[in-house]
Amino acid sequence: MRKIVFVLCLLFTTAVESHAKDWRDGLPFNLHGFVEGGFGIRTQNDPNQSHDVNYAELRLQLEASKALDWAEFKFRLDLFRDEALHEFNADLREAHVLFTPGDFVDLKIGRQILTWGTGDLVFLNDLFPKDFQSFFIGREESYLKAPSNSVKSSFYFDFFNLDLVWNPLFNSDRFVNGERLSFFNPFLGRKTGEREELSSREPEGILKDSEIHLRAFKNVKGYELALYGYYGFFKNPGGFNLAGEATFPRLAVYGASVRGNVMKGIGNIEIAYYDSLKDQSGTNPLINNSQFRFLAGYAQELATDFNIGLQYYLEHMIHHDRFMQNLPPGAFAQDENRHTLTVRLTQLLLQQNLSLSLFTFYVPSDGDAYLRPIVHYKVSDSWSATVGANIFTGDNQTTFFGQLEDNSNVYARVRYSY
Amino acid sequence: MRKLFLILGWMTLGWIGGQAAESPAGEQSLSVQEIVDRSNLAAYYEGKDGRSHVNMTITDSQGRTRERRFIILRRDDKDGGEQKFYVNFSRPSDVRNTVFMVWKHIGKNDDRWLYLPALDLVKRIAASDKRTSFVGSHFFYEDVSGRNPADDTHELTETTAQYYVLKNTPKNPDEVEFAYYMLWIDKTHFLPIKAEYYDNNKNKYRMVEALEVKTIQGHPTVTQARVTDLKSGGHTVSVFSKIQYDLEIPESIFTERYLRRAPRRWLK
Repeated sequence: MRKIVFVLCLLFTTAVESHAKDWRDGLPFNLHGFVEGGFGIRTQNDPNQSHDVNYAELRLQLEASKALDWAEFKFRLDLFRDEALHEFNADLREAHVLFTPGDFVDLKIGRQILTWGTGDLVFLNDLFPKDFQSFFIGREESYLKAPSNSVKSSFYFDFFNLDLVWNPLFNSDRFVNGERLSFFNPFLGRKTGEREELSSREPEGILKDSEIHLRAFKNVKGYELALYGYYGFFKNPGGFNLAGEATFPRLAVYGASVRGNVMKGIGNIEIAYYDSLKDQSGTNPLINNSQFRFLAGYAQELATDFNIGLQYYLEHMIHHDRFMQNLPPGAFAQDENRHTLTVRLTQLLLQQNLSLSLFTFYVPSDGDAYLRPIVHYKVSDSWSATVGANIFTGDNQTTFFGQLEDNSNVYARVRYSY
Repeated sequence: MRKLFLILGWMTLGWIGGQAAESPAGEQSLSVQEIVDRSNLAAYYEGKDGRSHVNMTITDSQGRTRERRFIILRRDDKDGGEQKFYVNFSRPSDVRNTVFMVWKHIGKNDDRWLYLPALDLVKRIAASDKRTSFVGSHFFYEDVSGRNPADDTHELTETTAQYYVLKNTPKNPDEVEFAYYMLWIDKTHFLPIKAEYYDNNKNKYRMVEALEVKTIQGHPTVTQARVTDLKSGGHTVSVFSKIQYDLEIPESIFTERYLRRAPRRWLK
């Protein structure tokens, strides 16, 4: 399988390379993208999955863009053969138009990737869709962000700026559901995999189930201040119905952040209040409790081309006492506070063409951890190669990373950018 | 665009000095401070703002080349003071539309941002170590946002028919990789034409040279520069083109709005 992917990859990119100048020069728009072959395999057997290979694909990305006087258009599409699921697939990453109806306003309409907030792989006020499946199997890190179908309006005033994102349709995360990656199903009370994929009931009403994301922000002498608001739904399953289907209950989030130079590095603080609108009293065991979230981070270059980033992240359950009182017999209790520490170490070598990085999530309160070592080498301006691993470890199969232990994997990717 | 040249090529021309110039030939009477001042103004603060297309060719010790292509915008808050830079990459393909932005401060750490389009991510970059390679080239970050002249002491060691030759010694040697560097400043237009960096054993290990100077809008401007790493044998050549001064670039270009959406009008 791996050989086939790589041979195909080579053949295709050789063809692209030899003809690149010909066909691009005549096009009425800019065309770029890449071809990538990727392969990943579990480092241990997972009794809930029939195959050890959970990532094997050959991917072509096409990015077309065109700038006119009045608007810019962008279209980015991934086409890939997914050998782990034995299917051809497409993922439209972006398809939007951007224009400026007035000096102080930008509009971006269509399918787009959206990110805000100050965390490094930790998200409090960024409720745009994430793709944890891609993230955990070894696809490139930017695939952690899934696209939204949105209208984004940005207003730039003298005193502050305002982003307003409206998604007419709810976009959930691409969460771990048993396909490729096994997880602990709290409704069934055990780990489940491909034979018992999580069925979920997503809000599907157009307009009725729309989402609104808000950010007011301002830069004060290099310090970035922001206030956030969100009205929508839990982005990954935030509850279960009595049929055992995952649900996405109503959610509102209010938050704030600040980021700027601190000592010799960059410091950031972000807070968020997750208001579980369908269970504000915290008594319904089938719906997530409200939470207060807090993040503090610091990053610095310790030596030339050696960076360290540290974060402390807290999830505090608002009504833990009521959660405990209403917990069904036999169900697994959550702690009132979930503390997470993250460390990012990055060393660049060989004129920055070789990057060694390790990102670690450690959750002392859950006794679990997630390690992401990545070695990335830029062979040339066009070719790059990556090897890495996703290592989950935990004492307990009910915790967030602990439940993923059997999914630990190693992977490799080769990419040709054009 | 002398300034842009500096952005990418040179650092340092300090304006410190203060001591009277030792003039071995006894042929002029400019103090070190005056030389450094004039060089600093000529090199960093020409025009209110500027734009250049930059094509960098990075050659490693084995002769393999890589390319970096970008447009750089620069705006002065005030002469001799803070500046803002906006760098928009077009090559290689994997960094296309990546933006690097610097608010350069005097006497404190710069503010630096990086915009990664695939993630729509605005990232802050720690700015403590400025003598780190800029996008994998032999130029340093400090060459982009400029080295504070107050970080070095300056001494005029020689005056030739064409150049003032300055020896520059860091005040905090622990923060830099050089023990000192020599700078050749052209006596006619005060542009630095060559810099040589020495280690603690007085071995020359790094060299920055102006390969071509042209007059643009009345300003002598370096249009080609080269950094050579004498230890590894690698080098980077930067070619500046479509240089323009005094475009009246608004300050608002150097904000998050234009990190997330490129200001096409100013990137021509």
